[in-house]
Amino acid sequence: MNLQERNEAILALLKRDARIPVQEIADRLMLQPQEVSQAIEEMERQGTILGYTTLLGNEEERQTRAIIEVQIQPERDSGFDAIAQRICKFEEVVSAYLVSGRYDLHLEVVGNSLQEVAHFVASKLSTQPGVKSCATLFLLKKYKEAGIEFQKEEGYERLQVSM
Amino acid sequence: MPKSGIRKFFDLVSTMRGVISLGIGEPDFVTPWRIREAMAYSLQKGYTHYTSNLGDKRLREAICQHFHTRYGGQYCPDTQCLVTVGVSEALDLAVRAAVCPGDEVLYHEPCYVSYAPTVSMAYGVPVPIRTHAEHDFVIQVEDLEKAVTDRTKILMLNYPNNPTGAGMTWEDKQKVAEFALRHDLLVFSDEIYEDLSYIPRSPSIATLPGMAERTVVFNGFSKAYAMTGMRVAYALGPHDLIDAMMKIHQYTILCAPTPCQFGAIEALQGADKEREAMRREYEQRRNVIVKGFNEMGLKCFMPRGAFYVFPCISPTGMPSQEFAERLLEEEHVAVVPGDAFGASGEGFVRCSYATGMKEIQEALRRIQRFVERHGRG
Repeated sequence: MNLQERNEAILALLKRDARIPVQEIADRLMLQPQEVSQAIEEMERQGTILGYTTLLGNEEERQTRAIIEVQIQPERDSGFDAIAQRICKFEEVVSAYLVSGRYDLHLEVVGNSLQEVAHFVASKLSTQPGVKSCATLFLLKKYKEAGIEFQKEEGYERLQVSM
Repeated sequence: MPKSGIRKFFDLVSTMRGVISLGIGEPDFVTPWRIREAMAYSLQKGYTHYTSNLGDKRLREAICQHFHTRYGGQYCPDTQCLVTVGVSEALDLAVRAAVCPGDEVLYHEPCYVSYAPTVSMAYGVPVPIRTHAEHDFVIQVEDLEKAVTDRTKILMLNYPNNPTGAGMTWEDKQKVAEFALRHDLLVFSDEIYEDLSYIPRSPSIATLPGMAERTVVFNGFSKAYAMTGMRVAYALGPHDLIDAMMKIHQYTILCAPTPCQFGAIEALQGADKEREAMRREYEQRRNVIVKGFNEMGLKCFMPRGAFYVFPCISPTGMPSQEFAERLLEEEHVAVVPGDAFGASGEGFVRCSYATGMKEIQEALRRIQRFVERHGRG
């Protein structure tokens, strides 16, 4: 296993469960725990790993979330970047992607209530210079996020012993 | 014909609560969705009729293509490939097609429980060859030479191996092939775990010079694609043998279930990524469980394939059956006594790592406690 393969294997495990103990990563990949810690720290330093987050179930999700489809007039020198970065500064914006298709920015916005999100879109987002239009899609229910399905399959109980 | 010897033990396990079972010989993964979806679609479309006795032609073509790509052999989908209900059926067909009463069949022990009965049921003589921990349970040609007679007709192989996790390297295969050629034997190679191998992939023994015409390769979808309950497998081999097997299959089974065959096509054509993800997860669990056993003093070699480890339990001084029974009673962990796989499995237990990492870690803690209590130090 070369260094790149090692790092990819560590990342694959962290992407599945960011709280996996270092010792378990080490045992799974037949490495020393110290080497794993160092590799993770290095990837954090280099910006390969930017952070870790928590997935909440539907019931625990107290906030109102919405997807906003934003059309933008790109700027001469910076294209979409300067506007996008300005929009990202708002705390309400939790994710932002430039996408191909009939709109440009795909945002995810959170607020404490429907009104709060609507207000943010009306007063802050749509009034930004360069923003041509916003379409707001309130999220009603999550079924899958970050590769995790929210409804677990019941499964079929295996025989306790089979040859 | 005796019943499988550890029935009583199985029954005991099923009555107990809170048991962590390392005794399960099938994947814990559910069949990948795209395979299930393909089977459901085949039902919606009404593909509920018989297929050809040989199996659906598209599946046979996909099998031959898969085998060629991964293991190098060239087989004709129309004459050298037979789709069966599990490898057990395919092996039974091959043995019945090839064995005359009194013919001797060499097979290595410890091994899957059906080999000897399958040979006996065809009035053949099963001849076990012991394999040993010091050779990582790979069959040795010296031992084969001692057992071969002029009645020997077939050598059965199963690598990667259930229950030991042993695997054959390219050099191992070459030596065994030379032996088979020297004594003009058929080779039945059960490669059901071949797609769950952790050593560099090498061509099938059937691709070695002079071997294609004397080798039947058995493989299926149960293990690598987590499709045990679907019962789809196949045999690849010389035309005359496949033809003889097909006759028995035709009169007893007719064909493997059609929707499951459609799932198998999807497995071969679309599920490489899913198969590889499962293989990688097994490999990592193997690393964890092998380390765990070695650290508690139950020596365990690094398996080359499948999802079993075969630790030696001699430091406890207990025979395999007693170890398994007391471990179950005292710590609620189920393992399979090694002697269930033949006499040479005595002194070992089979532990499957086709179970979640948390269960494996908890089982290791419990076994360690058990060993500390009973170890002779």
